[in-house]
Amino acid sequence: MNIYVLLKKTFDTEEKITVSGGRIEDDSAEFIINPYDEYAVEEAIVQRDEHGGEVTVVTVGDEESEKQLRTALAMGADKAVLINTEEDIENGDQYTTAKILEAFFEDKEVDLILAGNVAIDEASGQVGPRLAALLDIPYVSTITSLKIDDDTASIEKDVEGDVEIIETSLPLLVTCQQGLNEPRYPSLPGIMKAKKKPLEEIEIDDLDLDEDDVEAKTKTVEVYLPPEKEAGKILEGEPADQVKELVSLLKNEKKVL
Amino acid sequence: MSDKILVIGELRDDEVRNVSYEAIAAAKKIDHNAEIVGLLIGSGDIESQGQSLIAYGADRVIVVSHDNLKTYTSEGYGQAVMEVVNNESPTGIVMGHTSIGKDLTPKIASKLNTGLVSDVVDIEDDGVFVRPIYSGKAFEKKVITDGITFITIRPNNIPALEKDGSRSGEVSSVDVNITDLRTVIKDVIRKASEGVDLSEANVIVAGGRGVKSADGFKPLYELAEVLGGAVGASRGACDADYCDYALQIGQTGKVVTPDLYIAVGISGAIQHLAGMSNSKVIVAINKDPESNIFNVADYGIVGDLFEVIPLLIEEIKKVKVTV
Ligand SMILES: Cc1cc2nc3c(=O)[nH]c(=O)nc-3n(C[C@H](O)[C@H](O)[C@H](O)COP(=O)(O)OP(=O)(O)OC[C@H]3O[C@@H](n4cnc5c(N)ncnc54)[C@H](O)[C@@H]3O)c2cc1C
Repeated sequence: MNIYVLLKKTFDTEEKITVSGGRIEDDSAEFIINPYDEYAVEEAIVQRDEHGGEVTVVTVGDEESEKQLRTALAMGADKAVLINTEEDIENGDQYTTAKILEAFFEDKEVDLILAGNVAIDEASGQVGPRLAALLDIPYVSTITSLKIDDDTASIEKDVEGDVEIIETSLPLLVTCQQGLNEPRYPSLPGIMKAKKKPLEEIEIDDLDLDEDDVEAKTKTVEVYLPPEKEAGKILEGEPADQVKELVSLLKNEKKVL
Repeated sequence: MSDKILVIGELRDDEVRNVSYEAIAAAKKIDHNAEIVGLLIGSGDIESQGQSLIAYGADRVIVVSHDNLKTYTSEGYGQAVMEVVNNESPTGIVMGHTSIGKDLTPKIASKLNTGLVSDVVDIEDDGVFVRPIYSGKAFEKKVITDGITFITIRPNNIPALEKDGSRSGEVSSVDVNITDLRTVIKDVIRKASEGVDLSEANVIVAGGRGVKSADGFKPLYELAEVLGGAVGASRGACDADYCDYALQIGQTGKVVTPDLYIAVGISGAIQHLAGMSNSKVIVAINKDPESNIFNVADYGIVGDLFEVIPLLIEEIKKVKVTV
């Protein structure tokens, strides 16, 4: 099977966010593989081990994304591709990313593409479904189980807590939700092996695209932090008195009862 | 050409979801003078639901009913929406940022070669859309630079208009040939909390590992019931099997914005805050005064939840009776 994983680097979850010059300050930030993309990498490896074939991890990003691609290789992916847009694209959006990926996949034989259901930074969740539409293959988002038998895929999809049992066919794109699997940590031998695995770097030029072909359709005009929350009020006294005061505050001050 | 905004409505158990009414209000915020065209997709007699979109501000409603549209699939709904979009050529599209909205709208945007601003929580004049990023730790304002105005809105943030049963408007049915579905829904297992839907609930009582057992959740259900709200949970509680993952709130669970969020025996891990910190009023009940949850709470009670919750239920019952 030809399995591809769409991967993005994101801020470490615990990272404190600061804004300067109208953008998120990222000079000293720690980056990780987007947590949902980790489920995708893990699932790709599991499926390959069961059905044979090859896992290729693809990212649209910058030089720095190499680190996350190497981590995916250390987990067990076979190949990685960095589509480096640093030189060419200043302000892309999900339209941009999907268009670039479409061009990348144009000459590929694909059985399965896995992505995270959302990236925890910009949280658009668009790239997977957009790409599937461009490639005209079926897609299922927020999956929590995947079983493949020849060209048929049986899927469990999380729908706001309910579970849908879905049957569809390959080639297929899925986006991964928590619960699908437990991503493995890269092992030491895995890390050593990863250094020798192929990591190809290409630019949009190599995909016969130029900046205008993929120009964003949306633009961020401002980034800001929410107003600092005033310290809350810790109620005092006997539990019964605290509860009385709480209910009165909720009713009379906040008017939510 | 005058403006026309298509609002893709959503049915749940044959009733229009509240977020679809909010989407109509959002469409009006985008353009007061635009014609608002509602769209309902499903199977059987759903035409009767069209009128409720009109009562909430739609000018006209289109209904697509087909046996193959009984449950949502991106392919089936995609075909239905594209047919209507091609007939109507709207200048804008609005839908809820729900499970279906998140799945469907990127496909439509892709087919239309347009941008899409998702998970919008506020709309400013001149088409500026506000949305949370970095799990709610920051916000961004976005504009659309090319193509139609296409957004999804987070439930519970843009208030619906007042219902006006006297409004009238045409509800018309469109026949669409829904073919070649490669994706088939075999079964749907209902696990989400019965009754009130978490993502649209105005009040949420959420329990964490501090609740200690599935039995321990019972008082929380009781509290939720007197408040007319829903029960949610931290991942800690789900991992410990006290409740179903369907209830999980947070970065990997649901994102909620109720008027009132009561966190019970929840420590306030960053991944949990990602799903609830934008709630309007937050109450924390925790026996550890150092708990991080108190940093985001408006009101905190330091105490044992098993003592506090029954008292709270009694007290709320009292004020509810007097109103
Ligand atoms: C990638 C990733 C994603 C995650 N996603 C999520 C997510 O979506 N949602 C989520 O919630 N978590 C998520 N987590 C987990 C998160 O980090 C925490 O582990 C989890 O939220 C802890 O749950 P908790 O607060 O219920 O449990 P604990 O941290 O164990 O806290 C229990 C609290 O209960 C209090 N308590 C105990 N007994 C009582 C009593 N009798 N009365 C009053 N208070 C009492 C304690 O003081 C304590 O504060 C994620 C973690 C990772 C790594």
